[in-house]
Amino acid sequence: MSRPEGMRSSSCSLQVKFVPDEDVLKHISDDAGTRVRKDKAQLSVSVKRFVKKLENISDNEAQEILEEKNYVAALGICAPDPVGNGSNISGGEVYSFQTPKRSNKMAELASELAQTPEQNVAPDHSKCPEKMAKTPQNSKMFLLMHVFSLLFQNKKKEFVSTTPYRLRKRLAAPDPYLESESEYSASCSEEEDEDEQKEVSTALSDQKTPAKTKAASTPPPRNSLAKKNKEQKMSNLVEEYFEAHSSSKVLTSDRTLQKLRKRRLNQQTLHDLLKNAPLAYAAEIRDLNQQHESLFSKWMLQLHLGFNIVLYGLGSKRDLLEKFRTSLLQDSVHLVVNGYFPSITVKSILTSITEEVLDHIGTFRSPLDQLEFITKRFKEDSSLELYVLIHNLDSQMLRGERSQQILAQLSSLPSIYLIASIDHINAPLMWDQAKLSLYNWLWYETTTFNPYVEETSYENSLLVQQSGSLALSSLMHVLHSLTLNARGIFRLLAQHQLEKKDNPSYPGLSFQDFYQQCREAFLVNSDLTLRAQLTEFRDHKLIRTKRGADGVEYLLIPVDDSTLTDFLEKEDEDV
Amino acid sequence: GCFVFKPSTKKRRLSDKTARDFRCTSNDSEDTELRFVTCQSLWNQIKSETEQIQENLNKQLLDNLVSFLSRSHSDFQEKTTEWTCRMKFREIPTAALVLGVNVTDHDLTFRGLSDVLQDNITPYVALLEAKDCPGIKNLMQKLMGQLMNCDIDVDSLEDEDCVQVSQNRIRCSMPSLISWYDSVTKKTESETPSKKRNSSSRYWQSPPVVVIFKDMESFTTKVLQDFIVISSQHIHELPLVLIFGIATSPMIIHRLLPHSVSSLLCIELFQSLSCKEHLSTIIDKLLLTSRFPFKLGEKVLQVLINIFLYHDFSVQNFIKGFQLCIVEHFYSQPLSVLCCHLVDIKKRVCSLSHDQCENIRRLPSFRRYVEKQESGKQIELLTNDSFLKEETEKLLEDLHVYHENYVSILRCLHVFTSSLPKYPLGKQIRELHCACLENRVWETEEYESSLQLARMLNKTDLVTMLQKCVEILMSSSGKKFDRAVEKLKEFLTQFQNLEEASQERDVSVSPQKELQKKTDLYHLQKTLLELKESRRSKKLTKFEMLRFEVVDYIDSLVRRYLVPADERTLHEIVYFNAAAVLRGHLNAAPRTALHTALNNPHWYLKNQALRCDGGGISNKAPDICIVYKLHLECGRLINLVDWLEAFSTVVMAAEEPNADAASSDQVDDVIHARFIRAVSELELLGFIKPSKQKTDHVARLTWGGC
Repeated sequence: MSRPEGMRSSSCSLQVKFVPDEDVLKHISDDAGTRVRKDKAQLSVSVKRFVKKLENISDNEAQEILEEKNYVAALGICAPDPVGNGSNISGGEVYSFQTPKRSNKMAELASELAQTPEQNVAPDHSKCPEKMAKTPQNSKMFLLMHVFSLLFQNKKKEFVSTTPYRLRKRLAAPDPYLESESEYSASCSEEEDEDEQKEVSTALSDQKTPAKTKAASTPPPRNSLAKKNKEQKMSNLVEEYFEAHSSSKVLTSDRTLQKLRKRRLNQQTLHDLLKNAPLAYAAEIRDLNQQHESLFSKWMLQLHLGFNIVLYGLGSKRDLLEKFRTSLLQDSVHLVVNGYFPSITVKSILTSITEEVLDHIGTFRSPLDQLEFITKRFKEDSSLELYVLIHNLDSQMLRGERSQQILAQLSSLPSIYLIASIDHINAPLMWDQAKLSLYNWLWYETTTFNPYVEETSYENSLLVQQSGSLALSSLMHVLHSLTLNARGIFRLLAQHQLEKKDNPSYPGLSFQDFYQQCREAFLVNSDLTLRAQLTEFRDHKLIRTKRGADGVEYLLIPVDDSTLTDFLEKEDEDV
Repeated sequence: GCFVFKPSTKKRRLSDKTARDFRCTSNDSEDTELRFVTCQSLWNQIKSETEQIQENLNKQLLDNLVSFLSRSHSDFQEKTTEWTCRMKFREIPTAALVLGVNVTDHDLTFRGLSDVLQDNITPYVALLEAKDCPGIKNLMQKLMGQLMNCDIDVDSLEDEDCVQVSQNRIRCSMPSLISWYDSVTKKTESETPSKKRNSSSRYWQSPPVVVIFKDMESFTTKVLQDFIVISSQHIHELPLVLIFGIATSPMIIHRLLPHSVSSLLCIELFQSLSCKEHLSTIIDKLLLTSRFPFKLGEKVLQVLINIFLYHDFSVQNFIKGFQLCIVEHFYSQPLSVLCCHLVDIKKRVCSLSHDQCENIRRLPSFRRYVEKQESGKQIELLTNDSFLKEETEKLLEDLHVYHENYVSILRCLHVFTSSLPKYPLGKQIRELHCACLENRVWETEEYESSLQLARMLNKTDLVTMLQKCVEILMSSSGKKFDRAVEKLKEFLTQFQNLEEASQERDVSVSPQKELQKKTDLYHLQKTLLELKESRRSKKLTKFEMLRFEVVDYIDSLVRRYLVPADERTLHEIVYFNAAAVLRGHLNAAPRTALHTALNNPHWYLKNQALRCDGGGISNKAPDICIVYKLHLECGRLINLVDWLEAFSTVVMAAEEPNADAASSDQVDDVIHARFIRAVSELELLGFIKPSKQKTDHVARLTWGGC
């Protein structure tokens, strides 16, 4: 990496950008330099030809490759419409591989984002050359990372989006003696960038260097070059993946929130704070939502024609669905299901249909029976109609196989109209072909950018102080029903635990020590009384006992420290 | 979490609710009602057509099955020797029905099958699905429930209450099933002869009990085995027949069942039609016909076919996509009111409003057409509504004629191309259709090469192809082809004559003979060169001349009739071309949308502050975008404190730098809160999850970044 500063900074301006596969292929083939393309205008045709030429492929397969190309092309075609999703993004960008990263990377990016001036935007590293000069180690890391990510992105893109399976398989065949000089060239279409990257690659991998010089002296045949490229990439890919996931050691800083001396916010204050904070880009978000709202009547039409509608995209779709409900469903029977609610079950959904919509009193042995009953009723009475709105169909409680099966069957009834929203990135994985055909979805992208207020309020967030008040009150309640001595015993234990709160590996108070302390405080007179008392605590789930490695019994209060402190304060007040 | 809302007043309007939806959406024109009606009738037509096709395709299979079933237990009553012999081995007659991987289409087949069976063979048909039968008990329960219910249907509810005692209380076991069967068959026998007669005309004396396992692969092995073993014990009392629906291959039976069990089955294999053939028929009957005025554009068809070929092989989904196309077309195109049968066109064109006329004038294809006219006519077209209507009518009729011709010629061309080696234009007619719709087919390389190949066809092939073409053209309704037919027939007779002529003509002295003479190398070379010369300059034989003529003629037909649709005037009225919309609704990519929103919020929020180029992101982006971007920089675990600090650095910088120290504490809290919200949103989206590996850490659930 001993290069002049100017060069480095120029390489830093290298940007991650989308390189179409045609370009990549073309680049590879040009690099090989064996064939001069005559018709550059008809690039796609030439690429097809190139693919054909890659090896002496039987025609059948070539045909398939062409078909697949067409397929990708056909699916990739998307007129740029204002609301449309970014389907011009290839899968490689979405599902890229992880590069091993340094822990201080985030801070770096943050400072970089913070540094960018008002209007501008893109993290342009050339703007902070002096910083890089000061920390050569870092900047090197940074550069490498960029190159890596660039590579991975492109690799992935090739694998995911276009490379037909067969071709890939063929390419995976090893070719022992060739080393690819232009290994990194595929990732970038610009000439000067390529040079930079080669430099980097030299610095990166010593073991590659000898082979590389050999390759430089003997220009490799065109076909196997590409093959080698892919093969190399494939193996790298696999190695990198396992490298990233195998190491049990995690390189993150040891800082914790407690050291930050910042009080944990509870749900209420959080809510208040957010309420006061202005929502950014309110006007744009409103515009966006209005676009979606113009689709309401279309949704109604399609629901009536036997389709069901699923909404996806970033942002809470709750308000949108609410608006849909209030504007169009006022005159009809409808059921709103808050899927994000932590205790929702399919059974409760079915029950509310049978009991409130169908006015049926009685119980069912299983959800399947219930479903059968509903099906029968809806088939008998053709005037019955029900709109079902499900917020978060992919929530924890509803995403199970059986729940989805039942909901799918429900939605397949002709007079039940389902409109649902999904948020999780892997939500579509819950449905197999059979369920999909039952659901008969029409997908609508409704990116709203609305904050998920309701949806996340039930979540067990890490940062929000959870259940503290509840635990405290129950603790007080139980303790008040005990004798004075028992409370004293518990106090002792709590105090001891608080003293040791800075020790993360505190196993608890051993029974013998505890007995000793209790005796000293005249709380118990014998081993047995203490044991009886502890049993009572254990029954109320106030303490937990654990047997250590040496066979000694350790006692621990399973409540977090802040609650315990609060508890002791309250106790002091009482006494 | 569930809330039911009922309308306070009972003012539900049930009638034409759908039509109302259609109406209130497209506020631009008054033709919506008509459009909706047209759309509905068209869809109903198509739907019934597809059902008809499905039925016809399955007919063969169902007939085979029915005959198998009637054979299997025909001698149950008579107890012939053969039957008793079989009973000794306790074999259950079984039909293995190989249906292919398109699971979603199976339902329809099974429904058809059970209907046919109930009509012809037996009232006792039970359809079982794996998901209902986790154990043998559930299976028996389900089975008996279905059988006893169908019993009610048959002998019309005279003893409803006794059956209504419900299957729950009857002990679900084989003996009870047998006793039920006995009682039912006895009852039909003992009933009044008059009533019995008409029933016996439909069913056998003792109809078999048919149990259909819809998805055999997903049943638990244990359940299947138990059921088969148990029922084989009772086969002499209960004429049971099993039907296995198989999606993969018949081998699965032997993989699921050990030999001891599978030897209890007497399996016969039935193969259903492959879904590809089904699709071809559907395309043939729905798209390559002039019966339906509505047409699919090239891209749309391509998307539908690709979803079929690469995703599900489901004909049902294809038809669903087709339905969506129809709805979208009639919904979004106000002029689609003219997308109707030829007979209605005149009336509808006449009743067009001024707005609609303007709509026509705005069509790109119509504008192109206008530009080609001379100036006087141009003005007329653009200003005079009635003139425009006349012209439109004419153009639409032209379009209709074009379709008729197109289909016939397409089929002719397909006759030629489908037999060429390597299929340069595709094996299936749908590929050819796509190619022709996409652009001028005669300008493509593939067409060129296929013509060259066609010029090398031998005579017998050529003659049979020509005959086929003549048939196709004769059967088409268009009158335009009279001349073409004549011409082709002429070619045929010429070929005939040629044959006779060639028989008369003797084989001339072959040049090879001269070669046989002994000669030296120099002379040989010379003769060979001469031969080559002479061959090049040699006059083509009569056959070759004729072949060229034929190919050229076909070529001329193609150039004349297979013009791509989007070069035709007013094609927008009947062709649906919004492939992107279709794809968005049927083959959506939710994760891509999320990715775009998080990485490039400017795509959605059109604010200059969010604008950015390259892969970066503005520091003024929504919180969740910043938090997402920061988390991409981390490995498997993320320290929340670091994350929070990084976030607040970014956000503080983005806000006015004049936020002075006085309010900084409060600001800090707000930022903290915003951070919490963004993180929990990411958790909801599935990017991270809490981790116990280290305090105050979260785990990343995705890999990759940048």
